[in-house]
Amino acid sequence: MSDGQIKVAYWPGCVSRGFTPELHGSMAIVADKLGIELVTLDRANCCGAGVIAEHNQELADTLNARTFALAQQTGLSMMNICSTCQGAQSECQQRLDADSAYRAHVNEALSGQGLSYEKGKDGFTNKNFLWLLVEDYGLDRLKAQVVRPLTGLKVGPFYGCYIVRPKERLGYGEHPDRDIYLEQVITALGGEVVEYDGARKCCGFPVITMNRETSLKQAGTHVGDAIDAGADCLVTPCPLCHLNLDMQQPEAAKVVNRDLGLAVLHLPQLVGLALGAEPKELGMSKHIASTGWVEERLAGVPA
Amino acid sequence: MADYTIKVRRFQPESGEGPYWEQFKVELEPSLSVLDALLQTKDREDGSLAVRCSCRAAICGSCGMKINGQSGLGCKTQIGEAQELAEKKMGAVGGSAERAVVVIEPMGNMPVIKDLVTDMESTHWAKIRRVTPWLLPHGAPPEREYIVEPESMLDITQPMACIQCGACVSSCLSMEADPGFIGPAALAKAYRFVGDPRDAETKERLHDLAEDPHGIYDCTHCFACVDACPKDVAPMDQIMRLRRRAGEEGIEDPNSGHDHEIAFVKIIEKKGTLDESLLLQESFAPGIKGKLKPSKRAIKEMLGSIPTAIRGIKTGKMRSLPKLIPGIHHKLPDGAQDDVKAIYKHAEEHNEEFNLYIKGEEDVEPEPDEPTDAILGDEAAAAAESESA
Ligand code: SF4
Ligand code: SF4
Ligand code: SF4
Ligand code: SF4
Ligand code: FES
Repeated sequence: MSDGQIKVAYWPGCVSRGFTPELHGSMAIVADKLGIELVTLDRANCCGAGVIAEHNQELADTLNARTFALAQQTGLSMMNICSTCQGAQSECQQRLDADSAYRAHVNEALSGQGLSYEKGKDGFTNKNFLWLLVEDYGLDRLKAQVVRPLTGLKVGPFYGCYIVRPKERLGYGEHPDRDIYLEQVITALGGEVVEYDGARKCCGFPVITMNRETSLKQAGTHVGDAIDAGADCLVTPCPLCHLNLDMQQPEAAKVVNRDLGLAVLHLPQLVGLALGAEPKELGMSKHIASTGWVEERLAGVPA
Repeated sequence: MADYTIKVRRFQPESGEGPYWEQFKVELEPSLSVLDALLQTKDREDGSLAVRCSCRAAICGSCGMKINGQSGLGCKTQIGEAQELAEKKMGAVGGSAERAVVVIEPMGNMPVIKDLVTDMESTHWAKIRRVTPWLLPHGAPPEREYIVEPESMLDITQPMACIQCGACVSSCLSMEADPGFIGPAALAKAYRFVGDPRDAETKERLHDLAEDPHGIYDCTHCFACVDACPKDVAPMDQIMRLRRRAGEEGIEDPNSGHDHEIAFVKIIEKKGTLDESLLLQESFAPGIKGKLKPSKRAIKEMLGSIPTAIRGIKTGKMRSLPKLIPGIHHKLPDGAQDDVKAIYKHAEEHNEEFNLYIKGEEDVEPEPDEPTDAILGDEAAAAAESESA
């Protein structure tokens, strides 16, 4: 935690500029309000989401080494806003960091572009916004910025697999509480944490094209469990989870055979609301599941 | 010695009642195991408490259970650590640490026989048998044993470490939604034979595993089995290797898993970032690959995603409907796409798999301690100052 200005090399990912543009937009607003300076890596490429690694591991490792090298050129640590990016990139980084000969081999492919990924003395840092918010920005500092406390808003955390497992790869040794940060952030923003079964389970997104039934059953079950536990909304640091939980929610409802209709917010949207941003500028009208209820709840609390 | 409270999910079929929770007080060193806590309870409080165990040293694979919701071995989980985790979980939802107890349940995804003893037959052993877990060599057997280069067996040492405890099956989030899924333990076992140089039916095995709709493409990549496994088998990694091998064989599967993978890989080669609408389309009706012949299932799936697309357009999530589904798409700036293509070329020539399990982290010589940048320098200077002060 520090009081200083935070400046990071920012990898927005693909989905935040594709199917969930409201995420990219709300991140920009929140960064501005928090005074976090984002240096966007717009020459960087897709992380491969684990799928490229499944096809050709070296390819995935090299593509991500390129992104890391671009970040290193800025002299800053890197930040992402997607659990899946975090997981896929951490996996490649783990292999790259493990062995200098392998790193040299991968760097060979980057040399033509004047790039090279270096492990460096203290290692290369790449953090999801959630981790950065808690570990670098700090919860107390965040609390002090809240102008519209989320009083009475019942929020269910939804992490996304790639940011909670595997623990050993994702720095849980050093930061054992990374799997309760969402709860801590919700509390810091004045909201109420809803406990339900699905918080650290899988939304089913990776098999949406391969096994729609399994996939939507997972999404539908978690949304249903959260509703039963009294949630007003879910919050997630992963746009892919958002696709399955929000965009596919009406389809998931059919598979689990019950009414759903639960707002699913991106993490920067939830933070943004507490910092006084308006639902509209945070792109909440772009969601499939109505966020009207959340807005009503907060209407009584002036920004 | 410390006092702990364990909360055990109990069930006795003969009682005619459903499962219920019961709490017990135990007293033991924090470094002793959750299994030790259960055995103490059995010894001192209730001899009828059923739990399966034998070695008490993470070797036999008998004591799989869920501890604070996490699947693993009772004998490999320290009670002190389990208590800390329980307190952390309680704190996260605003409860007080004093109320935290260690929650112990039977393994998931399996029927319970009694208390913590589950029936592993239908969801574990039957699936293990499903993957033909023995060697299928061709030709006359050698006079003595099969001789192989030790190096050629390295690849499968990881799945060979499996002790059949079922913790991964218990944790599997795909199985939770689709009990038909072959599952992590059996698929890890399958790779153990696919990777074995003595086996002669590798191709047939891969076809079988890819063509089963509940096979390798039914895994949702959730890493739950990786964290559950007490033996570092990383079943999910073995499943990904099976997919890679099946892909190399060019096997088409009914789940369009291979098409999805190829579509993803090609899109990034062409565009650098993921265009999801194109991915959906290409996963079902590959055009980029040069052939366009959607299967019946593909057409059904595509039609299934149209309501989602239309809703997306209505809310402004998607902008238009070119081809099947639309998408605004971030394009890489000048030259960057060529850089990505160059990487493809390099990686496709080598296609190296760096196996961390086998190679391990390299030992790095500690560098001489000298301040490498301004910040470190300042800190060192500040430290020196405060020392002299
Ligand atoms: S996880 Fe998704 S959004 Fe993130 S880079 Fe990869 S494909 Fe793009
Ligand atoms: S929860 Fe879903 S999209 Fe999200 S990380 Fe898991 S599999 Fe991915
Ligand atoms: S990674 Fe796959 S096999 Fe492993 S637990 Fe998740 S769904 Fe099951
Ligand atoms: S793979 Fe690991 S968790 Fe699964 S049965 Fe084998 S040892 Fe147990
Ligand atoms: S008792 Fe043998 S593995 Fe736990």
